[in-house]
Amino acid sequence: MTNETINPGNQDSEEAAPVAHVEGHGAAVAPVDAKPILEVDQLRMYFPVKSPGLIRRTVGQVQAVDGVSFQVAEATSLGLVGESGCGKSTTGRLITRLYKPTAGAIRFEGQDIAQAGPAELKPLRREIQMIFQDPYTSLNPRQTVGSIIGAPLAIHKILPKDKILPRVQELLEVVGLNPEHYNRYPHEFSGGQRQRIGIARALTLQPKLLVADEPVSALDVSIQAQVINLLQDIQNEFGVAFLFIAHDLAIVRHFCPEIAVMYLGKIVEIGDRDSIYGNAHHPYTQALLSAVPDVKQAATGGRIERIRLQGDVPSPIDPPSGCRFRTRCPIAQEICARHEPPLLQIGRKHKVACHFPGRLGQAPHEPLTAGLLGVDAEGRPDPGASPSTDLIEQPGYADTWFDLDNKSIGRA
Amino acid sequence: MLAYVIRRLFAGVIMLIVMSIVTFALFFASPIDQASFICGKNCSAAQKKQTAAAMGYDDSFANQWADFAKGVVQGRDYPDDPKLRETAPETIVHCEAPCLGYSRERGDTVTNLIKDTFPVSFSLAVSAFILWMVGGVLLGVTAALKKGSIIDRGLVGLSLIAYAFPTFFVGLVLYKFVAIKWGLTEIPRYTSIAEGGVGGWLSSLTLPAITLALFFMAAYVRMTRSYVIESFQEDYVRTARSKGLPERTVTYKHALRAALTPIVTMAGLDFAGLMGGAIITESVFNYPGMGKLAVRASSDFDLPTTVGLVILLATFVILANIIVDLLYAVIDPRVRLG
Amino acid sequence: MSTTSPSAFATTDTAAAPLLSVRELQVHFPTQDGLVKAVNGLTFDLDRGKTLGIVGESGSGKSVSSMAIMGLHRGTNAQLSGEIVLDGVNLLDISAEEMRKKRGREVSMIFQDPLSAMHPYYTVGNQIAEAYRVHHDVSRKVAKQRAVEMLDRVGIPNPDKRVNDYPHQFSGGMRQRAMIAMGLINDPNLLIADEPTTALDVTVQAQILDLLQDLQREFNSAVIIITHDLGVVAEMADDVLVMYAGRAVEYGPCKEILTHPEMPYTWGLLSSVPDLTGDTEARLIPIPGNPPSLLNPPSGCPFHPRCPHREKVPGDLCRTELPLLVPGQRGESHTKRCHLPNPDAIYAAEVLPVIAPDLAGDTADAAEEL
Repeated sequence: MTNETINPGNQDSEEAAPVAHVEGHGAAVAPVDAKPILEVDQLRMYFPVKSPGLIRRTVGQVQAVDGVSFQVAEATSLGLVGESGCGKSTTGRLITRLYKPTAGAIRFEGQDIAQAGPAELKPLRREIQMIFQDPYTSLNPRQTVGSIIGAPLAIHKILPKDKILPRVQELLEVVGLNPEHYNRYPHEFSGGQRQRIGIARALTLQPKLLVADEPVSALDVSIQAQVINLLQDIQNEFGVAFLFIAHDLAIVRHFCPEIAVMYLGKIVEIGDRDSIYGNAHHPYTQALLSAVPDVKQAATGGRIERIRLQGDVPSPIDPPSGCRFRTRCPIAQEICARHEPPLLQIGRKHKVACHFPGRLGQAPHEPLTAGLLGVDAEGRPDPGASPSTDLIEQPGYADTWFDLDNKSIGRA
Repeated sequence: MLAYVIRRLFAGVIMLIVMSIVTFALFFASPIDQASFICGKNCSAAQKKQTAAAMGYDDSFANQWADFAKGVVQGRDYPDDPKLRETAPETIVHCEAPCLGYSRERGDTVTNLIKDTFPVSFSLAVSAFILWMVGGVLLGVTAALKKGSIIDRGLVGLSLIAYAFPTFFVGLVLYKFVAIKWGLTEIPRYTSIAEGGVGGWLSSLTLPAITLALFFMAAYVRMTRSYVIESFQEDYVRTARSKGLPERTVTYKHALRAALTPIVTMAGLDFAGLMGGAIITESVFNYPGMGKLAVRASSDFDLPTTVGLVILLATFVILANIIVDLLYAVIDPRVRLG
Repeated sequence: MSTTSPSAFATTDTAAAPLLSVRELQVHFPTQDGLVKAVNGLTFDLDRGKTLGIVGESGSGKSVSSMAIMGLHRGTNAQLSGEIVLDGVNLLDISAEEMRKKRGREVSMIFQDPLSAMHPYYTVGNQIAEAYRVHHDVSRKVAKQRAVEMLDRVGIPNPDKRVNDYPHQFSGGMRQRAMIAMGLINDPNLLIADEPTTALDVTVQAQILDLLQDLQREFNSAVIIITHDLGVVAEMADDVLVMYAGRAVEYGPCKEILTHPEMPYTWGLLSSVPDLTGDTEARLIPIPGNPPSLLNPPSGCPFHPRCPHREKVPGDLCRTELPLLVPGQRGESHTKRCHLPNPDAIYAAEVLPVIAPDLAGDTADAAEEL
């Protein structure tokens, strides 16, 4: 029953898994059995919506993040992609605990920090740092670069005062800035250099996890590559894990060996790079990928045939019933409105939440999930079926999965 | 909309109650003993006690405040003494609801005091408001449209000078020179419409209104100028131009409308603040307005008058806030009340 | 290497005069610190029904030159020279009033951020109808009807109702559709789209690009699409103009420029962006350094301080002499501003293997044969 043919591409990468620095590799490859440093389990964040009446009741909730589970392994990167409003930035802010989640667990090195108070969070702030999108607004214009980067050292009383400056200069050198410029102010630097300052500040406390929220999208194209390369070097040198949040699918593919695709607060597909970019089984992932304009098509001429999604993302206050993507989905059927598809593992490192998972143009005609949910093909309760009980989403991957190609159970 | 107004009014009433309590508490905490202050220097202990009892100062803080609140709702008698009501009813002053108290120093109910002084302050505030809004906004828009020209620099310079001169000085100069030395106007003395008709009322307001308006006008010229200049940088102004709209339409329909919205907010609040009286202007011109009343009340430790004025002024500010917010919602479709 | 006069650069096979012809356009802004040369000698042509993609980073002058075509520098202290000939009329010669009458009617523009580009206080319908009424003497009712038709045409559902909505009630994609409706309501000959999809999500971007192409075919307008995204250019453009420091550094048919670029800056743009099929083991190759100052642009070729190939040019030419925009090794229509004598070979040997190893094999062989 053992399935040998899944993810052929992954075999090479396993051997090449870099522990030490490998020239040119950057964060491209995931170490095989790295321990998860971060484990997010059924994370939820609901923002209340108040009624406008005399008495302001909570009339609804923005389900910004609704039951998201994933793992980030040590010294590797998980990419979080999706369109605006999908909850990817909220997820990042939850993990850095800028927000307190409504429910769910955030286990950092095994310790659940989801509901931790300020005192418990203080040591954690050293371990998890954030890099922001906008290098113009995230730096205090009245502070010198030296004091911006050195502030965490002073706040956490890690180094005596006279040791801070050498450390700041060392950090400036790491991010490729002139260490003599510690006395300058943020406005004296260009956009790309400011993002380097932001990165240096995040590195000051030698964190184990960096949450990078759109770290390059505000930068010019020629500068984006500089910053991406810098982040890869940092990962190789210091073994930092990344939660890399971006809307640019090509950059995420380049940076992250594992990717989660989010839509309206939920993960619709998660897997390693080859599964997501080469073997996507969710119609939303397929649509996203086909929507990316590609330079190479100039060589062939004309535009590629793409899946055209109609309309816009629905409001997260009142998301569609069942599968949230069904209102824009080209292959949606009745069951999709009735039941939310469970996130099924369909490969060694590949999970998808769709009733009709399949490669582009090869989606099954019958819902794959009907039996598991105990319903018939239209989603009506089937008295004869026994719904599966273990559909609760786990962070990480199981050793067995549904092999869709061979209609069998795959095993690692 | 209605629910919003009701909620805001409700919140406003609560705020007024809190403010009256705070004002009471401050007077209670003050080191000056009210009774001996009123009773005078050569006051025996017994006399003092009697005064305190008559004034109600021997009562607890809570009771005094409760009496005050009752007066606002129901009206009150001063002194509230059943015996006296039978023996000498003519010495009792009845203060009708909403009664803000009775000022012993001035021998009148606070409501009456305010009734006398309010028209003066209101006339002054309204006339100054019209002057500064018309002048400030027009000149500010002019300066912005001619940005960088001599007119612009002149206006900015003048407004800086006007802004820098203290009000009492401007008032004095106008009073001593324009009215007295050159005799260009009559010597200002407040004249109500009943006394002097609309013409007399207006001419009596000219100099103090200019005095009061000048400072605000200077501020509004600068503020309007910067808002208008800023709004010409907006993307939607560029869009309006790229549609081929005439510059006139771009300016008036697109740029100015957005630029003047924040000025509505400022103006509403500034006006409400002035309703409580322009202390310096009223003093310089010796106009019997609420500002002068407030100064005297606080230096005399006249608690009822002070509380009454505080409440009234706060009411104006709260109402102005609500009106400004409603106006904003009318002007800007993005604003949702709630 | 042949030398040709700039007017021979027309990229079309028709002999008719192009719709838009820009010659030696300069836009300079005097500032306290000196003269900012935002656009410094720009020349290109555009035919009816064709699309020109202008690519460049912030500060390259791409937006400033489109504003010049719109006549939006009038009334500012900008100093313009050169020629912008639209349909036989030099837009720099005509009066402000004549330019105003062309704006929105013969040439219109859509902007990057449709939320800030629309007035927050007026309904979408009002703003679209306004664009129609300023050039057509019709009643409000007729203009509104026209606005509804245009909203319908750009794919806004329930246009007769949505016409009364305010911009903030539209989603980002719908706002950009409304902007396109506003831009096309007078059926202009030329539409300038300045980063029209940068603020949008990728699936919405695809919708908007589709819409632009459909409408272009229907209205037969010429389109200038300004973007930093070479992928968008690859999808949309017939011709590409790469700008750097206020000048065109490479100009020619889209396929030519993207498959056989001859200017190291274009190479840099291609190699610094990952794509969806590239080798993830390879490092991105960024363009070193930062975009140049427009106050004190570098001497000679403005790209030389960041150019990794300047050693290959004999002498000190890159630092001392501004290269001309002339045809390279690939025919008359493909021009570039670079001193490198053999860009094709360098591209095939050094650049292509990095950005597209799968394509590199055969072209590298071809290059060796040269």
